[in-house]
Amino acid sequence: MKFRSIVSAIILILTVASVAHAQLQLNGAGATFPAVIYSKWFDEYKNATSVQFNYQAIGSGGGIKQVTEGTVDFGATDGPMSDQQLAEAKSKQGTDVLHIPTVMGAVVVCYNLPNVGKGLNLDGAILADIFLGKITKWNDATIKKINPKLNLPDKSIAVTHRSDGSGTSFIFTDYLFKVSKDWETKVGKGTSVNWPVGLGGKGNDGVAGLVKQTEGSIGYVELAYAVKNNILYANMKNKAGKFVEPTFQSVTVAAEGSSKDMPADLRVSITDASGKDSYPISGFTWLLVYKNMKDEAKANAMVKFLKWAMGKGQSFATDLYYAPLPKQVVKMCEKNIATITANGKKIK
Amino acid sequence: MSNTVTNSEKKNILKKIFFSRNLGDLIFERLTLLFAVSVFLLVILMGYEMYHGSKISIEKFGWSFLTNSTWDPVQEIYGALPIIYGTVVSSLLALIIALPLSLGVAIFLAEVAPPWLEKPLSFLVELLAGIPSVIYGLWGIFVLVPWIRNDIEPYLSDKLGFLPFFRGAPYGFGMLAAVLILSIMVLPIISSISRDVLRSVPRLQREAALALGATKWQSTIIVLKDAKSGILGATMLGFGRAIGETMAVTMVIGNRALISPSLFDPSYTMASVIANEFTEATSEMYLSALIQLALVLFVITIIINALARLLVWSMERKWKTTL
Repeated sequence: MKFRSIVSAIILILTVASVAHAQLQLNGAGATFPAVIYSKWFDEYKNATSVQFNYQAIGSGGGIKQVTEGTVDFGATDGPMSDQQLAEAKSKQGTDVLHIPTVMGAVVVCYNLPNVGKGLNLDGAILADIFLGKITKWNDATIKKINPKLNLPDKSIAVTHRSDGSGTSFIFTDYLFKVSKDWETKVGKGTSVNWPVGLGGKGNDGVAGLVKQTEGSIGYVELAYAVKNNILYANMKNKAGKFVEPTFQSVTVAAEGSSKDMPADLRVSITDASGKDSYPISGFTWLLVYKNMKDEAKANAMVKFLKWAMGKGQSFATDLYYAPLPKQVVKMCEKNIATITANGKKIK
Repeated sequence: MSNTVTNSEKKNILKKIFFSRNLGDLIFERLTLLFAVSVFLLVILMGYEMYHGSKISIEKFGWSFLTNSTWDPVQEIYGALPIIYGTVVSSLLALIIALPLSLGVAIFLAEVAPPWLEKPLSFLVELLAGIPSVIYGLWGIFVLVPWIRNDIEPYLSDKLGFLPFFRGAPYGFGMLAAVLILSIMVLPIISSISRDVLRSVPRLQREAALALGATKWQSTIIVLKDAKSGILGATMLGFGRAIGETMAVTMVIGNRALISPSLFDPSYTMASVIANEFTEATSEMYLSALIQLALVLFVITIIINALARLLVWSMERKWKTTL
């Protein structure tokens, strides 16, 4: 009697488990910045195909780590993996890791000057000098020179920055790294850096809170965040010498401008992009996928999803305040997606 | 062999096992011992894990991790001195503010307050302890910081600006805001435990003191002396909360690794650095340095607890000899 009931209980558990297992599930982890659009994508995709993606927004560092250790099916990051990290992942997982850009984000320079209002112009050199603590007053001659119409106050500049490690900081410091020799030697680029001056706020809302509360302050936040919260932000001078307002369009244009000389693995920074209308402080966010996946069903699902994300998925971007990928970049991504294999076999 | 044991014998053995008091006591004793030892093991295991995780950073930086004041993830140079300074100073200052206040609260609740007032007041104090720290942080950003920036800091720099502690630009965010918010956060812990400790002092002590002609104030002093070690324990718990507090502090402290005498300047704490930077730390050395920071925090907590224990012991001994 007892034995039979135990056996039947086991059978029952197994059937329940197998029913639950019938639905294919892929696990991923990584960057927080694209988490909003990823959860929208995964939700839409699940409704359309019943393939389920679990995504944990634990941060880019965590995403890279988990991909290297092989504890997830895919990862996500705001800053590309270094050659060394790629080599480590390859030696541990026996396959290359591909970077697939999904959407783009831009970083805007926000400020709080109630008597000046909209339309502050800034360029890379000035921005770097402000964040290095070299320019300390709003009515500095260099700022005045490119803002002849504005009445800039004799107020000291309160610099604010992100205190938590983030892809936003990476894009911002990457830009300053490119436009200022001083920044390159003294600070460098990274998800967290040793800021020479200023106050640190946690997250976009932390920085926005600091800027909103402190008159005469300057900081940087994601474009999406600034648009949603009506924060004043500056026009940036791009490589072509034009002052460009950050919009989804000018971000996409920036990627278009630099798509010509993008490397095949798409690990590329698009800050300070060429092109007349491109906004200079923007960047990709990437999904990290294995080039060769061991589970065939999962590999099929992954490839299908990536194709969907490059096509229909892109149409969700602007509503969620991300900039969609330009066509050229989508093409390059599709080429890379086509190289994904399952146990060495090509996927149709 | 086992076949020789009959069923009835089996039952007898079982009866012995389950109904003999001695065995029950034994199991109880061993079980509680196991629990007690597991705490001990857990602490050792935590220490070991942190040491293990921070090995490469310890090997590279050695003691200079504690004395160097540059924290630069790009160059991979990690020195934690300003962060340790920020942690210890913010917690100590918070205690200095909170201790007299919470002692006042505790004495009022335990000795002076009439029951109809004592109940709701105790409830409110305990409620304060239950508020999540992120709420304190938000309150800090939207209420405390503007108040500090607009009223407190200008006043302090005007009246006491000759001291190095009150100089610099009044941003509101900084050490002062962190100290104030921490003192509010530790106040309910110290006061509610101290109140319980004061209550546990036998009534006879007070009655004897009053019978000898002591005033209410004098009898309270005697009760306080009895409760000394308990109050010290409460203070240590408060200190533990302050030193490990992450969210509320990082929201108002300004998050810059900086050693400055001025309370207006931003600072940083160990728990905040770890929480802020751990998720995006990609390189091995960076992770290792953050874990080493956790190890330092762990060791500091142990040292402070040990010091407090020693203090309690020495006080108790003195107390006994004077009796």
